[in-house]
Amino acid sequence: MLTAEEKHRIDHEISLVPARKNAGIEALKIVQQSHGWVSDESLQDVAEYVGMSTAELDSVATFYNLIFRRPVGRHVILLCDSISCYVMGYEGLRDHLYNTLQIQYGQTTADGRFTLLPNCCLGTCDCAPALMIDNDLYRNLTVEQLDEILSKYT
Amino acid sequence: MEKPLTQHIVPGRKPLSLKEYEKVGGYQSVRKVLQDMAPAEVQALVKDANLRGRGGAGFNTGLKWSFVPMGPEAATPKYLVANADEMEPGTFKDRLLLEGNPHQLIEGMIVAAYAIQASISYVFLRWAYKLAAQEITQAIHEAYKAGYLGKNILGTGFSLEMHLHTGVGRYMCGEETALLNALEGKRANPRAKPPFPQVSGLFGKPTIVNNVETLCNLPHIINNGAEWFRKLGLTEDAGTKLYGVSGRVKKPGCWELPMGTTIREILEDYAGGMQDGYLFKGLLPGGASTDFLVEEHLDLPMDYGAIQAAGSRMGTGTMIILDDQTCPVGFVHNLQHFFAQESCGFCTPCREGLPWVEKILLAIDKGEGKPEHLLTLDFHTKYLGPGNTFCALAPGAMEPLQSALKYFREDFERHIHEHHCPWSKSKAWQPSI
Repeated sequence: MLTAEEKHRIDHEISLVPARKNAGIEALKIVQQSHGWVSDESLQDVAEYVGMSTAELDSVATFYNLIFRRPVGRHVILLCDSISCYVMGYEGLRDHLYNTLQIQYGQTTADGRFTLLPNCCLGTCDCAPALMIDNDLYRNLTVEQLDEILSKYT
Repeated sequence: MEKPLTQHIVPGRKPLSLKEYEKVGGYQSVRKVLQDMAPAEVQALVKDANLRGRGGAGFNTGLKWSFVPMGPEAATPKYLVANADEMEPGTFKDRLLLEGNPHQLIEGMIVAAYAIQASISYVFLRWAYKLAAQEITQAIHEAYKAGYLGKNILGTGFSLEMHLHTGVGRYMCGEETALLNALEGKRANPRAKPPFPQVSGLFGKPTIVNNVETLCNLPHIINNGAEWFRKLGLTEDAGTKLYGVSGRVKKPGCWELPMGTTIREILEDYAGGMQDGYLFKGLLPGGASTDFLVEEHLDLPMDYGAIQAAGSRMGTGTMIILDDQTCPVGFVHNLQHFFAQESCGFCTPCREGLPWVEKILLAIDKGEGKPEHLLTLDFHTKYLGPGNTFCALAPGAMEPLQSALKYFREDFERHIHEHHCPWSKSKAWQPSI
C-alpha cells in the first residue's frame, strides 16, 4: 500500500506531466526513497496508481541501473569501473572491498550493512579512482583509505 | 586569455548566489533578448557565432534551433531540455559548470527557450551529480523568486517554467531521443528520426535538447556578439572549450581554453605531462566513444575539423590517456564492457554484437585468444559501424576498438601468440557480472 505521503508526492509529479503514466519513473524513485528498493508489491501499487500494467512498469524499472528490484543494504557502495578509474587502478579497490566485506558485485553483506555495485563513470575522472557511498563521493582513493571510510557507515 | 564560461568558478567555493551573479553582469542577456530582440534575431546571432554543440556532435546550435516550427501556427507547448546526463566514461566537464555556476546555465536556458519560444524547460541531470542537484535546485528557486522564471518574465509577456529531473542511471539517456523517452517515464530507447525532436519531441511537441556547455555559452554570445565569440577560437571553430585530461598525467583536470588549442599544449602545459615512470602511448580525445590518436597527432589543434581529419572526433574534449604500463587490450575491453552493459538492447546488432566483442577481448586479454579473433573484431567494427544500428551507441563503441586494432595491433597479436598478457602486472580484467 502506498502511504498518504507517497501518494501526495506522486500526485505532485503527475500534475507536471500530460498523462499519469508519464510519472511512473518518478513514482518508483519515491517508493525507493521510502523503502530502499522496489518490491513486487510496491511495483504493483505504483503501476495501479499511475495506470500502467505491472509488466509495463517492471520493464521500465528493470531498464534503469539505479532502480533496485532487490533489497539492498543500509548503505549502497557504487564503485566506478569506467576507463579512467581502470587506468588509475580501481581494481585494487574492488578486490579490497570483496575481501573486507566478503561479498562481490550485486551482493549484500550478511549483516545488511553494505551492498556493492559497479557503476559506470561517476564523472570525476580527473580524481580517479572514485566511489560513492549513498550520497557521499570519495575521490583520488587509495586502498589504504578504504577501511576508515567504511567505518563511517554503521 | 578570456574564459567566459569559468570566470566566476572558484574550485572548492560555493557558486555565486543570484545577487552575486547579477553584480557581475548575470542575467543581462535575458534582459537584452526579452526586451530588445525577436526570437529569430537570437537564432540568427547564435548561428552566426558558429556555436557548435559541445555534447560531442558539434552541430551548429542556431541551425538546430531553426528547425523548430515558429509562429502562431506552431504546436504548443514547446520544450527546452538541458542535457546534463554526462555519463560518457572519461567525461567530466559539465560537472564543473553545473556545480560551479548554475545561474549561468539557467540564464543560457532562458535565452535558448526564448529563441524557440519554449514555455517549459527541464534540466536532465544524472543521478550521481548530487552536489549539482543541490546547487541547481537552489538556483532555480532564486531565479523564480527574482522573476527570471515563471509567468511574464520581467513584464515582457514571455513565460518559462523550469524543472530539475534526476535520471536513474543509463548511458542511453544522453542520446537526445532516448532522453525524451526517459523524461516521459519510459525505457530510454532511442526514437526513429524523422520526425526530429525539433518538430515532434517531448510529449509529441517541438523540443530542443542542448548540452550544458553549449547553453552556458549563450549569455556571453548575446552580451558580446557573434564576432567576439568567433574570435575566441584559434582556428575556424569558435569560442572557448572545456578541455579535460584524465589518466597517468601529473595534473589531471579540466580547463577552459581557446577552441583549437593543440593537444600537446593541453597535455604538457596544463596536465603537466606524463607522471614519472610512465610514457605516453595514445589517447582518446573526447570520451570513450572516440578513436585513439597517437604521438604523431599531438600537435593537432583540438577542434572539430582537425580531429576529424585525423580519423577521430573531438567528442566532449575530455581526453583519456593510455600509458605504456596499461594494457591496450585491457583498456579496450573495459570500454567494450561498458558499452555492452549500457546497450539498451533495442536493436539486434548492438545487443548481440557488443557482448560478442567483449567476450573476445576478455579471451585475448586472458591469453586465450586465437588469430581468427582479430578478424572477428575487424568484422564487428564494420558491421556495428555507422548505418547498421538504430542509434550511435554501437558505432561509438567501435571507434576506440577500430583505432586500437589499427595502432596497437601488435599488442593484440602478442597476447594471442604468447598466450598471456604481456603487461604481467595487470591482471586480466574480469567482467562485473
